[in-house]
Amino acid sequence: MSFFNALLEHTFLQHALFGGLLASLACGVIGSFVVVRRIGYMAGGIAHAILGGMGIAYFLGQQPMSGALISALIAAVIISRVSRVSKHGHHQEDTIISALWAVGMSIGIIFIAKTPGYNVDLMSYLFGNVLMISANDLLLIGLLDGGVLLFTLIYFKQLLALCYDPEFAGLRGIRIEWLNTLLLCMVAITVVILIQIVGLILVIAMLTLPAATARLHATTMLGMMILATALGMMITSGGLLISYNYDLPTGATTALSSGILYLVAALIPQRRHAVK
Amino acid sequence: MPALITLKDVSFSYDDRPILDHVNLTINEHDFLGIVGPNGGGKSTLLKLILGLLTPSTGEISVFGKHPNQVRTRLGYVPQFATFDSAFPITVLDTVLQGRLGKTRSLLGYNKHDHAIAQRAMAETDVESLQKRAMTALSGGQRQRVLIARALACEPEILLLDEPTANIDPHHGESIYELLHRLHERITMILISHDVGFVSRSVTRVACLNRTLVCHATSPVDSDSINHLYSNPVSVIHHDTRLSLEDNL
Repeated sequence: MSFFNALLEHTFLQHALFGGLLASLACGVIGSFVVVRRIGYMAGGIAHAILGGMGIAYFLGQQPMSGALISALIAAVIISRVSRVSKHGHHQEDTIISALWAVGMSIGIIFIAKTPGYNVDLMSYLFGNVLMISANDLLLIGLLDGGVLLFTLIYFKQLLALCYDPEFAGLRGIRIEWLNTLLLCMVAITVVILIQIVGLILVIAMLTLPAATARLHATTMLGMMILATALGMMITSGGLLISYNYDLPTGATTALSSGILYLVAALIPQRRHAVK
Repeated sequence: MPALITLKDVSFSYDDRPILDHVNLTINEHDFLGIVGPNGGGKSTLLKLILGLLTPSTGEISVFGKHPNQVRTRLGYVPQFATFDSAFPITVLDTVLQGRLGKTRSLLGYNKHDHAIAQRAMAETDVESLQKRAMTALSGGQRQRVLIARALACEPEILLLDEPTANIDPHHGESIYELLHRLHERITMILISHDVGFVSRSVTRVACLNRTLVCHATSPVDSDSINHLYSNPVSVIHHDTRLSLEDNL
């Protein structure tokens, strides 16, 4: 059966497709901030710390996704505090993010192991299980998308100034530390959305590669976001199609597609270089 | 007339390394102060103290009679372009509009008034025709003019510039000093530069900073003070052909 016939017939495939398209919105918008502000490593820390929250929620018999959301936001606040303190003090930001990364994962693995009864497949948290997305999950992704987009709309000019020249933004009266914490919280929410599509290990690929590809050709932040969202939609749909046709794991196929697309785009000579 | 900026006995050190040592300075309206001195002499630190980005270890700074943090939005700041990401996806117009942050009355984006002020600032610095271009496509001199336009869009009462001619070829540097000369007719200015020759021609006062500050009442800088400043003999070369030797030395 061809992919398109299967898509008409199976709701799980429709859910997977919609999930990918919805996730691409937050991914393109917030991913662009992650790339220009160079906070991919912080996003990685948040993504991996999430497993701790998921494990605890699972152990307590709660929805893993609610645990993921809470732990993602806590990790975002901790990381923004650390980056503020490390500017003046003796803490090393990267060391603390690495520690958060590993400690979060360890907590998750221990709690999942100690949960009585049938153990969930740890692999589906790590590498995603887009084919298991329910209508409720889609609703949650939609709500989180709405929150992220609304935040970006309201604070767009302040965020642009924060990313371009934080010192100048501060001089114009913007509370940059507060705004930076909010931005990291939006990154955390986007990571939670993406985990359901590609899993937490591969989140960074989806969060950074479509935006990095878009950056090669965009001259404005808005253009970069629109292009990154369109690329994200292509990648998630294409990943689903390829994985269905060749019976491959969907999350990994999707992340790999984004990597290949970036490499190809980076190898094509750009206009910008021609100008110089 | 009260001074716009006063520094009283200001010292500053990073960790235990002293950067500024008991600096006293007064800036009056219509001053154009040039601060020269060797790298690491504390020039940028002094600007950041006046802007309230740093706090002095000892001493007092007042700007418009208040604490620097309270009057930040009344100052315009032109940083060195070298310090930020030159590949950032942003246009000239969007960069200049950032000067309206903190003053704009618009909740989302910028309103007509902000755009009018941005257009005027770009016209003044001669970058109006570049406004739709990406910052990445500009030359060093053009970028510097855009940053000056951004600071003018703040409608500042005092303009602070950090090495506006660093990494720019001399021809463009010259035209930037001409621009500053025009702006000085209405704005009080503080300018940091290592370029003593340029500075002494455009400013009304020169201060030499190498941990301690030595002020000179009028513009000419003699080679004695420069030798003192750099603590070993340096050669003074004048590229200026319009002024005679006697005028300068």
